[in-house]
Amino acid sequence: MSSEYILEVEHLKQYFPVKNGFRTVPLKAVDDISFSIKPGETLGLVGESGCGKTTVGRTLLRLYQPTSGRIVFDGDVLFDSENKIDVKMQPYRKQMQMVFQDPYSSLNPRMTVEDIIGEPLDVHKLYSSKGERHDKIIELMETVGLNAEHATRYAHEFSGGQRQRIGIARALAVDPKFIVCDEPVSALDVSIQAQVVNMFEDLQKQRGLSYLFIAHDLLVVQHISDRIAVMYLGHMMEIAESDELMDNPIHPYTQSLLSAVPIPDPETARKSQRIILEGDVPSPLKMPSGCPFRTRCRYATEQCAREMPPFTDRGNGHMVACWNK
Amino acid sequence: MNENLKKAPFSAQINLSKFNMQDFEKATDEEKRQQEVMGESTTFFKDSMRRLRKNPLAMLSIVILALLLLVIIFAPLVIPYGYADIVKGTANLHPMEYSTSELKQIANGESVFPHLFGTDSLGRDYFIRVVYGARVSLGVGIFASILVLAIGMLYGSISGYLGGKVDLVMMRIVDIIYSLPDMLLIILLAVVLNETLTPLIEGTILAKLGTNMIALFIVFGLLYWVGMARLIRGQILTIKQNEYVLAAQCIGTSTARTIRRHILPNCLSVIIITTALQIPSAIFTESYLSFLGLGVSAPMPSLGSLANDARAGMMTYPERLLFPAFAICLIVLALNLLGDGLRDAFDPKLSK
Ligand SMILES: Nc1ncnc2c1ncn2[C@@H]1O[C@H](COP(=O)(O)OP(=O)(O)O)[C@@H](O)[C@H]1O
Ligand code: SF4
Ligand SMILES: [Mg+2]
Repeated sequence: MSSEYILEVEHLKQYFPVKNGFRTVPLKAVDDISFSIKPGETLGLVGESGCGKTTVGRTLLRLYQPTSGRIVFDGDVLFDSENKIDVKMQPYRKQMQMVFQDPYSSLNPRMTVEDIIGEPLDVHKLYSSKGERHDKIIELMETVGLNAEHATRYAHEFSGGQRQRIGIARALAVDPKFIVCDEPVSALDVSIQAQVVNMFEDLQKQRGLSYLFIAHDLLVVQHISDRIAVMYLGHMMEIAESDELMDNPIHPYTQSLLSAVPIPDPETARKSQRIILEGDVPSPLKMPSGCPFRTRCRYATEQCAREMPPFTDRGNGHMVACWNK
Repeated sequence: MNENLKKAPFSAQINLSKFNMQDFEKATDEEKRQQEVMGESTTFFKDSMRRLRKNPLAMLSIVILALLLLVIIFAPLVIPYGYADIVKGTANLHPMEYSTSELKQIANGESVFPHLFGTDSLGRDYFIRVVYGARVSLGVGIFASILVLAIGMLYGSISGYLGGKVDLVMMRIVDIIYSLPDMLLIILLAVVLNETLTPLIEGTILAKLGTNMIALFIVFGLLYWVGMARLIRGQILTIKQNEYVLAAQCIGTSTARTIRRHILPNCLSVIIITTALQIPSAIFTESYLSFLGLGVSAPMPSLGSLANDARAGMMTYPERLLFPAFAICLIVLALNLLGDGLRDAFDPKLSK
């Protein structure tokens, strides 16, 4: 089945029960988030650390049970809290994959590279003979730029960049259509980051992949994304085409994020006014009323404290959640 | 070339001032590639064993334990005395002494096996009694540890893997058991079992060990696994945090396969280390109970009961206390050092 979108997420919520003193209260890690991704497209997801980016990625892959909302993958409804749809994920595990943030803890130290990359092949029985399994693994290693001679080595013998490539090969083993890349380069050296990002782009071209590319660094995301989504405290603040978002940010939070990005051209840099964010991110357990950003927003009004701004289209699919026109 | 770069007196660094820049040529791609070649591949286990071999204390412990095992296994085959054999007229001999009758035999040209550690007050060869005592102590230690391991591992891994409410209830049970007074329970059980079980086990091997030992095992099985269960649960909780467990779930790996391939192999080192350290602790408990008279039934000796018996003639025959006491110390110390060595070898964080 094919549809306009490879992935549609509507009003997704993920509340974690956490202990606060004697009471168990919901931690609203992801609160009412909607977005969609077209086939072959990369949606960048940015936001400060702790704003719920990882939780979005893991919840839509159903590694966590969503609190509520609707997830549609390639026309198939995977989860719909209103219509009580909650499908078995096993067949979809072949189509949706994830590359993890930490190249150290995401590879089992007791397994060889061959077994790590081979595990998805084993689980989904994607080969008919030992030889075919081996050939597939070697091919995958070469695809991600690993030396195939190192197949029998253990993950701890590799560098961070090489380990991340092993993680990518594992995700590619099932030949997925969609990959959640959870800050795949933020743990790597700056010199290696570019190589790995370029590899993601090459893989996308060769295989027609769609990505949800998570990062806390706008520069990395800008480079690879077709569209960019900005999150703050579990809420979606703004979504727009990459260039549109960088040139014409509407949400005050996006504006402050962009002013924190170093500008290569000194002339432009002097002209632009830096917006310094004041105050700390509130705890997700003590969410401000109304707009979550209002405690740090310089345009905040009384209305912002009273009501949550709706997520509306400001033209050409540039979505913003802000009362400020 | 800069004067400051001159070779320091004992430095192994090449004296760069001897060379001209022109003498160097750029590395080819081929040569650069060779730089990337990685070291010899090792598995985690091999690597740990290599580290263990480099630990002199652990290796010494292994040698001592191996020698002890050889003696414990083969001494009874070589020595013509049994642990319960009373040789007439040979009571209370000091080490290597012969009794008058034995001296006569030797004078007649017969060969008499020397009493290496002397004899006890009943005329039993003390060396063979210490050997049997060590057999019992080690055997009890090993079996009790296996019992503890089996129960603790099953309980701990279920509690840790399932988590949530199941974990909460299972761990409260552990807390309750933890708070029970173990020594009191052993003594109570020993008394009760002595009354009830003695007629039942008559004539079996169990009778030789006595009801006290059964009480000891029951208490170990009932109480001592909680430490192991807690430890394994903690370990599994930590391992579950690792992203590779999540990655396995993302791939579609079944729960059983995840436990088998990802969780248990990563607990293995903790399991080995704790079991190695559990054995000396069990031996110590056994010796302690035997010393209190709650151990194996006579005439079967254990190191603790030998030490207890030796108290009577401590002034005249101090060696009777020293031999078993020394044996306990040697076994417990060697096992502890080996356990520590295993921990250092298996714990990559400590070794780096
Ligand atoms: N399994 C969990 N249980 C409870 N709280 C969680 C869990 N995972 C994440 N959180 C909380 O949810 C919030 C968002 O976390 P995360 O999605 O990891 O943020 P990000 O990836 O943007 O840094 C954080 O406050 C974090 O503490
Ligand atoms: S809704 Fe109000 S507080 Fe929130 S970002 Fe817009 S102006 Fe600022
Ligand atoms: Mg994250």
